[in-house]
Amino acid sequence: MFKQNALHYLNLAGFKWMIPVVKLAMWDNPREQGAEIARQIGLPIVAILLFLAMWSTGAAKVVTSLGTLPGPGAVVEAGQSLWQEHKAERQKAEAFYERQHKRNEAKLAKNPDAEVKIRPYTGKPTYLDQIVTSLKTVFTGFLVASVIAIPIGVACGLSPLLNTAISPIIQVLKPVSPLAWLPLVTMVVSALYVSDDPMMPKSFVNSAITVTLCCMWPTLINTAMGVANIDKDLINVGRVIQLGWMTQVRKIAIPASLPMIFTGLRISLGIGWMVLIAAEMLAQNPGLGKFVWDEFQNGSSESLARIMFAVITIGLIGFILDSMMQSLHKLVAHDDAVS
Amino acid sequence: MSHYLDISHISIEFPTKNGPFKALDKVDLKIARGEFISLIGHSGCGKSTVLNIVAGLYQATEGAVVLESKEVNEPGPDRAVVFQNHSLFPWLTVYENVELAVKQVFKGKKNKAEIRDWVAHNLELVHMSHALHKYPAEISGGMKQRVGIARALAMEPKVLLMDEPFGALDALTRAHLQDALMEIQAELNNTVILITHDVDEAVLLSDRIVMMTNGPAASVGDILSIDLPRPRDRLALADSPDYNHYRAEVLTFLHQKQAKPDVPIVAKSATATPADAADTDQKLDKVVGA
Ligand SMILES: Nc1ncnc2c1ncn2[C@@H]1O[C@H](COP(=O)(O)OP(=O)(O)OP(=O)(O)O)[C@@H](O)[C@H]1O
Ligand SMILES: [Mg+2]
Repeated sequence: MFKQNALHYLNLAGFKWMIPVVKLAMWDNPREQGAEIARQIGLPIVAILLFLAMWSTGAAKVVTSLGTLPGPGAVVEAGQSLWQEHKAERQKAEAFYERQHKRNEAKLAKNPDAEVKIRPYTGKPTYLDQIVTSLKTVFTGFLVASVIAIPIGVACGLSPLLNTAISPIIQVLKPVSPLAWLPLVTMVVSALYVSDDPMMPKSFVNSAITVTLCCMWPTLINTAMGVANIDKDLINVGRVIQLGWMTQVRKIAIPASLPMIFTGLRISLGIGWMVLIAAEMLAQNPGLGKFVWDEFQNGSSESLARIMFAVITIGLIGFILDSMMQSLHKLVAHDDAVS
Repeated sequence: MSHYLDISHISIEFPTKNGPFKALDKVDLKIARGEFISLIGHSGCGKSTVLNIVAGLYQATEGAVVLESKEVNEPGPDRAVVFQNHSLFPWLTVYENVELAVKQVFKGKKNKAEIRDWVAHNLELVHMSHALHKYPAEISGGMKQRVGIARALAMEPKVLLMDEPFGALDALTRAHLQDALMEIQAELNNTVILITHDVDEAVLLSDRIVMMTNGPAASVGDILSIDLPRPRDRLALADSPDYNHYRAEVLTFLHQKQAKPDVPIVAKSATATPADAADTDQKLDKVVGA
């Protein structure tokens, strides 16, 4: 029982390749598991090694204005130095707060009524800060997109008339690149988002809205398709028991199309992440996109290795986001959730 | 009350690309309370259409359906439908599927505990109490159909409408469910309209078999009263001359009076070539005698 559960959750979490390892640990048909491990884990490792070998030999032959293209070793070093910078920056911040604290205490000791305040540390964001900013931005954009796209999708799925009406608009807006949206978004945000003490920086809003504009379409289209193709008999059951319109939507239309909605959300998040990097470059939102852009402008001998490290980070995060959505999808897909 | 349900001269036209298509022409049928009616006829003749009009899912272009002296125009739980492919909500458990209907139909009439008991009782009726918390994907086709029946029964319908409820099941499961349905009907005395392709099923279950003519513009061809005593036992009936006589009458109607030229007439015959009429009669005798 425990074993079945463990395997089920591994599958759900997208760690299919772990399954033979767990089985092996439980000594379940060890020979077969050994072969399975060789296939599920060994093969990808071989492929990765081959890729690294090709990369390091190939890269050494390309000489750019910033020196030769870095190989895997240089990229690992770049990663380490980014980590060191992060730690150093955190220490500086701590020291900064420490000093303020001491000064304040000293002040209070002299005069208990003295007004003390803590000023925030304003060092430059580290690589980890930038990753966090990027994630915040993409999720904000993605959330707004979902909140807009799902209701419109449901409405389109329920009403063929509405669907026919707005389908051309969707088809035209869908393929527009984030690079085309961004200037427009920037101008509109500058015009409308005026506040002395803005809750969010403008660059953040610009990037998030651009993500929203680019990634809402797959969710909208998939939701509409899911709702439009609900089994007619299920709808008829709802009519026979005389469900009200809203209940019909809530209890039948949405649950029935949930698998399709999640397919859409998964595609949307993927697109959102891809679009975000471009948007951040242009909007100067302090995330991974800006990091890549700054390194490019910087043009030091380390820059290329750092950019490559960023490329790998972006890829890995994209992969993790996709796996997350896939696990969620498996959780809600009632039909084949068991298999 | 003799005219509990009055299907009164209903006709329906479907708009199609090639103009209106008249599927039913003045179908007329009067059903008594507690009566078990089977609708039988060739595929595409309009059986489902009749059922859907009674259910209120389709609107007749002419005529009316009157239930207990009230005309019905929209779907409602007093005419519960059991669909051919169970149509349970896959994201709800067996219990929740029935509960959804019960909660809606008895809103404000039953309290929480009563709803729970009523759902459990109806699932008990179809012998599904062991799988209350399973999802439809986790139970067999026969079980799903049982749950579909429980859901319909739980609405306490005046008329139970069943569109080929056992069509997708294997012979053994179908026999089990037919027995279960007979038991339930004996106990609750439901008024039932059942669509079937299965002659044995029709004779075994029905008080009357309504045989429909071929479409387009189908109507009621013959009505056959089945005066076999209840409770009926399928094994005992197999040797009963009355039973076989009824069977033969339905077969004769389907295969002779309403024979379809494009359908091989005796499908299970060893030499299943499109036969001429005389040849067919012989084969039919064999089938009927078997
Ligand atoms: N919504 C519709 N629009 C147009 N034509 C329809 C519609 N529903 C049914 N028909 C037509 O009406 C006729 C009767 O269909 P119906 O489904 O009632 O037949 P049936 O007797 O139930 O057949 P089967 O035994 O195969 O289920 C068919 O010719 C069908 O094509
Ligand atoms: Mg039908």
